Amino acid sequence: MPLLSLYINNKAGGLIYHRDFASHAAELDVNEHLRLASTFNGLALILKELSPAKRSSKMELLEADSFVLQSFDTLTGLKFFVTADPDSKKLDAVLREVYELYSDFVLKNPFYETDMPIHCERFDEKLIKLAEDYQRR
Amino acid sequence: MLVYTLHIFNRSGTCMYYREWSRPVPNSDLKSNNKLMFGFLFSLKQLVAKISPRKGGGFYACSTNVFKLNYFETPSGHRFILCTDLSAGDMREPLRHIYSHIFVECLVKNPLWRPNEEITNANFVQSIEKYITSL
Repeated sequence: MPLLSLYINNKAGGLIYHRDFASHAAELDVNEHLRLASTFNGLALILKELSPAKRSSKMELLEADSFVLQSFDTLTGLKFFVTADPDSKKLDAVLREVYELYSDFVLKNPFYETDMPIHCERFDEKLIKLAEDYQRR
Repeated sequence: MLVYTLHIFNRSGTCMYYREWSRPVPNSDLKSNNKLMFGFLFSLKQLVAKISPRKGGGFYACSTNVFKLNYFETPSGHRFILCTDLSAGDMREPLRHIYSHIFVECLVKNPLWRPNEEITNANFVQSIEKYITSL
């Protein structure tokens, strides 16, 4: 069960990181990815508004015939979301690992400015490794 | 399993039927809430079509930490939305049942039914009530 793509949004809802892991992930250009990520940000918030039950979070899981999307909001307002093949398990754990990698290799990078697009080589390497490990699980 | 609400929309986005079984958060403005729901589904469908790795795969559920929204769309553009708690499993089959055994039988085959109007058919309402409580 490979991961398809990972997106990270900043607290304003803008895309700051995107990476495809599988060759069959949807092929879109940069602008489309930017648009998709901010649309998802808005929709996740609307689902919270639509909730019939109290104390709802934003959208956490989206299930479709051809993929699943798992989302994770940090306390600081970042949104990590990943798409994967249907029936993928434990995607929330993957997102927590990604958050850990983000804290270690992006936030601790002295050249990184918060809320700006992420260009950190080590972070990329670790993510690719994480995706490979996940596929073997 | 706890069922919160059921919405049925037609293809133009009018809410034809709305019923709530339990709703801890009161529905203050039904009309604008229905509009928000339809707009949400409309945009989400477009997003899913874009992000999907292959063509022709719609979404069937999305959830937060307290509830799950189950979605079923017919080729005629009718949308069935069932909000449940998280203990609900795959609700695609029950929604399909509501469409094929209740909606079609009570309304589509009924010569007096007027499409695009709010559903008031007593038989339909009773059947829905009975089926949902049996879930």
